[in-house]
Amino acid sequence: MHPDAIVRESLAKDLNIIAICDHNSSENVQYVQRAAHDTDLVVIPGMEVTTKEEVHMLALFEHLHELSSLQDVIYAHLLGKNDEDVFGCQAIVNESGEVEGFNERLLIAAADISLNEVVDLVHSLRGLAIASHIDRPGFGIIGQLGFVPPNVAFDALEVSYNLGIQAARQRFPELKEYPFITSSDAHFVTDIGKACTRMYLESPTFAEIMLALRKQQGRYVLE
Amino acid sequence: MTLETIAEKLSLKCKSSWENLKKDVSGGYAGDLLSDVMANSKAGDVWVTRQVHQNIVAVAALKEHAGIIVVQGAIPGKDTIEKAQKEGIPILISELPEFEVVGRLYQMIYSAQG
Repeated sequence: MHPDAIVRESLAKDLNIIAICDHNSSENVQYVQRAAHDTDLVVIPGMEVTTKEEVHMLALFEHLHELSSLQDVIYAHLLGKNDEDVFGCQAIVNESGEVEGFNERLLIAAADISLNEVVDLVHSLRGLAIASHIDRPGFGIIGQLGFVPPNVAFDALEVSYNLGIQAARQRFPELKEYPFITSSDAHFVTDIGKACTRMYLESPTFAEIMLALRKQQGRYVLE
Repeated sequence: MTLETIAEKLSLKCKSSWENLKKDVSGGYAGDLLSDVMANSKAGDVWVTRQVHQNIVAVAALKEHAGIIVVQGAIPGKDTIEKAQKEGIPILISELPEFEVVGRLYQMIYSAQG
């Protein structure tokens, strides 16, 4: 996706905050941030990690350097080389729409690092760890591991946009202690804004999102 | 057939709950998607999997499996082993791939049952 197109579409859909979460990679984040620089859109650095249990989880950070630290560890645990004929090209595209390079790693693969280790690492880097699309049979934590392991300190659980938070609350009463979020999980520009999570925040910042997920200082997630 | 016999014939290494190796195995189930295993496996099954997350112990305990065989030489973490010891679930390791373990097990269990 062209960074400029992501920013334009997000603004057109009245989004205030987006997170860029490529699979096992973070190299495109900086360019989307640059494309959004002169706009009101806040771009949060993130990654969707595939752990060795083949569970997808989101890692969100306040700063790019924290995300880079995670990327170093994930890359060290990621084996294999991409086959463009099978999985498509993995271009890194700058804010002007120019190709900066290609990521040759097999980003679709699972990193050989456990869920618990990734969550602990994300927290040590002051980030948020969120289980991805928990309702999806493929790569969702419940499909893979049967249930959400009680000893993994997720900051929130994401539900698919086609389920939505309210229906997810009905389906997963046992997860009532966790904050739920939903998102478009957009893989194409036209998907952007299909769903979003509404939060009561004082300003559109990472720190405020953290407060909302913890229901602190009057911040909260609207369900 | 007991787990002990299976362990011996398949050269499995036991990592937990040795005291329960005398348990009788009535059937088997193979799967790495724990939601599927929870839905479809039966009590008394020996469960063959490549998954080593500690949730495997909870699933095996819930479904009253005879034990778990972890394939491909994968090593469960300390947390998984400790939990298995506490829950009385034997975890056995095979160096063989899942396909081969299941093939041999199927032969053993069902030929023994006639």
